[in-house]
Amino acid sequence: MKRLINQAPAAPWRLALGLLPFVLVLLVYLSASANRLAENPDDPLLPSIAAMADTFADVATEPNRRTGELTLWVDTSASLIRLGLGVGIAMAIGLVVGVLTGLIPYANRTFSPFVSVLSMIPPLAVLPILFIALGVGEVAKIALIVFGIAPFIMRDIQQRVEELPRELLVKAQTLGANTWQIILRLVLPQVMPRLLDATRLALGSAWLFLIASEAIAATEGLGYRIFLVRRYLDMELILPYVMWITLLAFLADVILRLIVRVVFPWYRARRS
Amino acid sequence: MSTVTLKNVWKEYGRDVVLENIDLHVDSGEFVTIVGASGCGKSTFLRMLLGQESPTRGEMQLDGRPMPDEPGPDRGVVFQKYSVFPHLTALGNVLVAEELGHTRFTGRLFGRHRREARERARKMLASVGLEQAANKYPSELSGGMQQRLAIAQALMKDPKILLLDEPFGALDPGIRQDMHELVRELWQRQGLTIFMVTHDLKEAFELGSRLLVFDKVRHDPQAPGAYGANITYDIPLSHATPHPSVYRAVGQRLGLDADVVTHSSTAEEEG
Repeated sequence: MKRLINQAPAAPWRLALGLLPFVLVLLVYLSASANRLAENPDDPLLPSIAAMADTFADVATEPNRRTGELTLWVDTSASLIRLGLGVGIAMAIGLVVGVLTGLIPYANRTFSPFVSVLSMIPPLAVLPILFIALGVGEVAKIALIVFGIAPFIMRDIQQRVEELPRELLVKAQTLGANTWQIILRLVLPQVMPRLLDATRLALGSAWLFLIASEAIAATEGLGYRIFLVRRYLDMELILPYVMWITLLAFLADVILRLIVRVVFPWYRARRS
Repeated sequence: MSTVTLKNVWKEYGRDVVLENIDLHVDSGEFVTIVGASGCGKSTFLRMLLGQESPTRGEMQLDGRPMPDEPGPDRGVVFQKYSVFPHLTALGNVLVAEELGHTRFTGRLFGRHRREARERARKMLASVGLEQAANKYPSELSGGMQQRLAIAQALMKDPKILLLDEPFGALDPGIRQDMHELVRELWQRQGLTIFMVTHDLKEAFELGSRLLVFDKVRHDPQAPGAYGANITYDIPLSHATPHPSVYRAVGQRLGLDADVVTHSSTAEEEG
C-alpha cells in the first residue's frame, strides 16, 4: 500500500469526488425540506426547490407591483455597480501605492508604517463613520469596499514588487532606464497579473463589505433585498438570492483568471 | 577606448573586510576572467564595477573619470539567472534596450523609429543565433538560449564594458562550449572590454586574455573577517596553452580538486 500522499484518484473519479459534497448537501436539504413540508405545507424555513424556482422566476421576470421594476435585475445592477466601482478604485489605489512603496525607499519609509496601521482597522467599525461623514448614499458604500480591500492590495503589491529579482532592476538600469521607465516597462507589466490575483483574493471581502453596507442603508441591492425579506422569514427568496450572489462571485473569479491567462501568457509558465 | 582603473580600493561591511587595497588597470579590449574561492569577494568586485555597490575607500575610474555609483548604460551585464525580462518576447527583450534610452516618458518607440529599432533588434538576435526564437517568451527558451538573449540585450546599448557574472554556471557542458565560441567571437569582432567571474578554471584560462585570481593573503583565525582578499595572481594569457604548472599552482591556490586540475591540464597538453 502506497502512502496516502502518493495516491491520486483516476480521471473519472476526480469529477465524481468533486461533485460528491454538493450532492450530499442537496440530498440532506431535500429530505429535511420534504419532512418539514409533510408536517406543515406552509412551513417557511426549508422551502421546496420548486417553490424557490417559482419565486426566483417571479423576481426575475415579473415587474414589481409597487415600483414596476424587475426586482432581481435592479438589485443585481445596483450591487455590481457598487462592487465594480469599489474594487476598481481599490485596485487603482493599491497598485499605485504598492508599486511606489515597493520600489522607492523614500516612499516605503514614509507610507509603509501608515498602511500597516491602516490595514489593522476593522473596516466594519469604520462604517458608521463613513455613513456620518459621507451620508447614507452610494459614496459611503463604495468607500467601505475601498477601505476594506485597498490596504490588502497595497501590501500585496508592495510585497510582489519587493520580490522582483534584484538582477532585473539592475539590468533595466544598465539598459538606460530611469525610475519612471523602470516602473512603466518592468514593474507594472510584472505586477499586473499579480494585481489581478490579489483582486481575486480580495473579492470575497469586497462582497462582505458590500452586503453589510447594503443591509444597513440602501433602497435596492442584493444585500438589501435579503435583509429586507428576512423580516418575513422569506427563505423562498433568500436562498435563491444567496445562490445567485455565489454564482456572480464565482463568475467574477473565473473572468479574472481568464484575463490573467489570456493577457499574460508568460505569467503561468514562469511560476511553474 | 574604455579603460578601468582601481586605486587602493577597499570594501568593508561593518568590521568585515571583503577586499583590501586593490590596484588594477585594465585596458580597452581586454577580456579579464576572474576566479577565486567562494566568499573571496569576486562577486562583490563585479558589483562594484557595475555600480551596485560602492567602495568603502579608494577610487574607481572608467576612462579616467570617476565610476558612476549606480548602474548605467555604459556598463552592460549578464547574470547567471534573471537576466532577461520574463514578460517580453525575445525580440521584445532586445527591442526594449533600444527603446529605453530614446524615450523619456513612454519608454516605447512608435512608427518609423520603432521599425528601425526592430530591424536592429532582429540583426542583434541573428548575431547570437536566435532569429528563429524572436517571438518566444524566455520561459519557452532553453537555459543557453536565455543567456544568448541576455548577451544580445546587453550588447544593444554598446556598453563600454561588459560584465559577466558566472553567466554559464548553470549550463550543460556542450552548450557551454557553444557559448564560449559566441562570447569569444563577439569580443573579437566588437572589441569589447569584458570582465567575467567564473567558477570554472578551465573556462577562465581558455576564454580570457588576462586572468585575475582573488584570494586572501593573510588569515587571522581569531577574526576571519579581519583581512580581505586581494588579487594574488594577475596572469596575461596569450592563447597558447598555459603551462601545466601555472594551471596547477592556481588550482592549488584555490583549493580545487587535484583531479580536476590534473585532468584539465592533461587535456590541455594533449590539445
